[in-house]
Amino acid sequence: MAVTLLGAAIVVFVVIRVVPGNPIVMMLPPNATQVDIDRLSALYGLDKSIFEQFVIWLGGVLKGDFGTSISLRQPVLDLALGRLPATLELSLMALLFAVLIGGVLALTGTRRRQTRTEGAIDIVNGISLSVPDFLWGLLLILLFGVLWPVFHISGRVTPSLDLNFSTSFLLIESLLRLRLDVTGDLLAHMFMPALALSIPLAAVLSQLLKQSLKETLHLDYVTLSRTKGYSENHVILKEALRNAILPTLTLIGVQFTFLIGGTVIIERLFSYEGLGNMAIDAVINRDLPLIQGIVILFALIFTIVNLAVDMTYALLNPRLRHA
Amino acid sequence: MTKSYLSIRDLNASIHRGPPLLRGVSLDVAQGEVRCLVGESGAGKSMIGKAVLGILPRAVVVTGGEIWLDGENLLAMPPAKRRKTIGAKAAMIPQDPLTALNPSHRVGPQITDRLVDILGWTRADADARAVELLGEVHIPEAERVLKMYPHELSGGMRQRILIASAFAAEPKLIIADEPTTALDVTVQKQILRLIAEMQRRHGTALLFVTHDLGVVSKVGNHLTVLFAGKVVEDASMREFFASPVHPYSRSLLAATPKYTDPTGSLNPVPQAVIDETMAEVAAYDREHGHG
Amino acid sequence: MLDGRSQVKRRIGARLWLSGGWLALLVLLAIFAPFLAPKDPLAQDLFTSRLPPFWEKGAEAGYWLGSDSLGRDVLSRIIYGSRVALSVALVAGLLTCLIGSALGLIAGYFRGWADLLISRLIDIWMAFPPVLFSILLIAVLGTGLESIIIAIVVIDWTRFARVVRAEAMTQGAMDYVDSARVAGSTRLRTMLTEILPNVLPTIGALLTLEMGIAVIVEAILSFVNLSLSTDYPTWGGMIAEGRISVHQAWWVLVFPLVALFLTVLSFSQLGEGLKDRFDPVLR
Repeated sequence: MAVTLLGAAIVVFVVIRVVPGNPIVMMLPPNATQVDIDRLSALYGLDKSIFEQFVIWLGGVLKGDFGTSISLRQPVLDLALGRLPATLELSLMALLFAVLIGGVLALTGTRRRQTRTEGAIDIVNGISLSVPDFLWGLLLILLFGVLWPVFHISGRVTPSLDLNFSTSFLLIESLLRLRLDVTGDLLAHMFMPALALSIPLAAVLSQLLKQSLKETLHLDYVTLSRTKGYSENHVILKEALRNAILPTLTLIGVQFTFLIGGTVIIERLFSYEGLGNMAIDAVINRDLPLIQGIVILFALIFTIVNLAVDMTYALLNPRLRHA
Repeated sequence: MTKSYLSIRDLNASIHRGPPLLRGVSLDVAQGEVRCLVGESGAGKSMIGKAVLGILPRAVVVTGGEIWLDGENLLAMPPAKRRKTIGAKAAMIPQDPLTALNPSHRVGPQITDRLVDILGWTRADADARAVELLGEVHIPEAERVLKMYPHELSGGMRQRILIASAFAAEPKLIIADEPTTALDVTVQKQILRLIAEMQRRHGTALLFVTHDLGVVSKVGNHLTVLFAGKVVEDASMREFFASPVHPYSRSLLAATPKYTDPTGSLNPVPQAVIDETMAEVAAYDREHGHG
Repeated sequence: MLDGRSQVKRRIGARLWLSGGWLALLVLLAIFAPFLAPKDPLAQDLFTSRLPPFWEKGAEAGYWLGSDSLGRDVLSRIIYGSRVALSVALVAGLLTCLIGSALGLIAGYFRGWADLLISRLIDIWMAFPPVLFSILLIAVLGTGLESIIIAIVVIDWTRFARVVRAEAMTQGAMDYVDSARVAGSTRLRTMLTEILPNVLPTIGALLTLEMGIAVIVEAILSFVNLSLSTDYPTWGGMIAEGRISVHQAWWVLVFPLVALFLTVLSFSQLGEGLKDRFDPVLR
């Protein structure tokens, strides 16, 4: 894991140092002198060799210092951590949607297997799988932004709302403080980007879980359960589900990291003030320290997600628990 | 006839839009009695048990006949009622103990679930019953074992659990589908003895499905021989082993290795007998419009 | 109802026809764009700006699907936009496929340090959000069609490498491979003549999928203004403009979106349909 992170850090470091366009020059007014440029470059450590810069940066990171953003003039860590909660809340909401939608579709498809309902669900899944979150986002903008304006298609929260929150975890804090008007507003803004993000994952989940459930239903212990007098619904939910979920879990972990990656463009699409949106601006502004910091943060999140999935799998599988 | 707890009348089943699997099967199991259902693999014995319990594969359809359980025709009931009736009055001892227990649930609930959910017992009563049952199947430290997961127990232990579970609701009919086939030879005898013991103690009617004539002699009162889904012989155990009537049954008996004559050659059922019996089956099909 | 096979076959047939049909149409549009497009896609005219599609009130003749804020004909721009979409799809798709599959084959069959290195690279690559990575690369490479293609290849080779590697490992363990080696085939030859053909169906399905992804990546890059350096119409660019004026001129967003949607859908369904068609089990 550490090697992967280090490798990612190196790749980013090298790649962005090849970026044409001097960020210092971009920052200063057109009439800046060479002296000004040199001074500022030295301030940001850009006058040293790549190797030196990397070592310095790495040393800083291990102490918790990710450098200072060139375009926003603030510590990178503060900026990134300031935007991180927004992206986390969005991703987790999307995950929730995906699990709910995918789960319901899988269970319905299983309950009504080999009927037209299952056929329809298969078609819906097929389409949802083939189309990326970006397009779903655009479709949703058309649907709920123009045709039937119920939800917000821009931003994270209505600016005029009076917020005195201490963290950036606006959704959680609004619930804890019982400011339900804020919660409602946040959800209204979050609904569409989260939905767009969730659709591909919901389709994967639905397909996999349905397949897994259908296979599990053939197993002997399920048949035995039927002879005890249990209904089809009980058999699917209480006997089959617990075992059918296990194979889908690991795939969900990987797919969730894809979902988090998707926040970059979805946040841009919906002008949602999260980490991904900031990252795009950072690239456009050639803000090297900020780009680095955000990319490493993403890599860290992905690694943590994979770990969490492994742990959940071990928890749910009794055989592994006793191993 | 009124003494029969289970009465199958002229049961016909086939694969959906395919060949027939059961051809006019009729058999009875009286209360407290053991009937063995014998035949080679593919003869359809498992299908009969599954038809009674309502767990036929989706591809198999019942095309005719009646199944009377305790005076009610299961095939004429609406599905929900049928499920509940079977759950309350019948039970199954499955073939493979390694796959018949849910790996994600502890063993105890898999014995008591039927009692609590379907029959409305209290949790306390059901748990006490489970401990009792484990005693009957000779599993020590019942309370500890009930909290275990299936993978923590051996095959033989698991089969005992399944037997306990089958007898839990005091069913009047138990269908045992080759319950010893998947076990080690050393364990088979123990389990067989256990099933016989439990059956005697609880007075349950038992339909014992097997392909092994050696097993049959130790367990049953009556015997039904099945060939290609058709009943070819129906006799009491004593009559059968003394002198079987049908040529196929005779060959089967001859083919069974005898412990008294270990050096005797194994005689497979002669092709002539098989052809003869197949001809009977074909005649049946023609009569009933399948041929 | 229980005869699932014929049902599935019918579904495959429809799927192949529809997706193949749309893609064939696109190819025609791309090749014959100058003859098929009613107007010059670059011609701006403020007098014809924001005209609605032909069935709406206020539409003007000749602007079938309406016009954008600068008066350019939407239909013509979509037709010309198909050129960019298809060329990116084909070139980027094939290159990514070739490079990714080659690396995957090497890693999966030869194992050893090659596998170690390639697998490690894949892990590192998977730690990056793809969109971010692509935007970063474009910033490095500059805008333009070649840059986009290079960016797609650099980012997405892992998609092929992972799958092909797994397949190659499974195949490599099979008996027919040992037979070939015993018969004197070198490792390289064995890989090419024995393993590769068995991996081809998987690669084929992934290829069409990749083509769809390439189109999307280009659209996303256009959306953030990092695609082509010229004024040439791209569906993503049209979508970006359309997004801004979505309340006043919905058609500028809708039609390129539909085109994009159908294209991506067709690519992936084509892949699925072909895979099923050549699946020996269903035959």
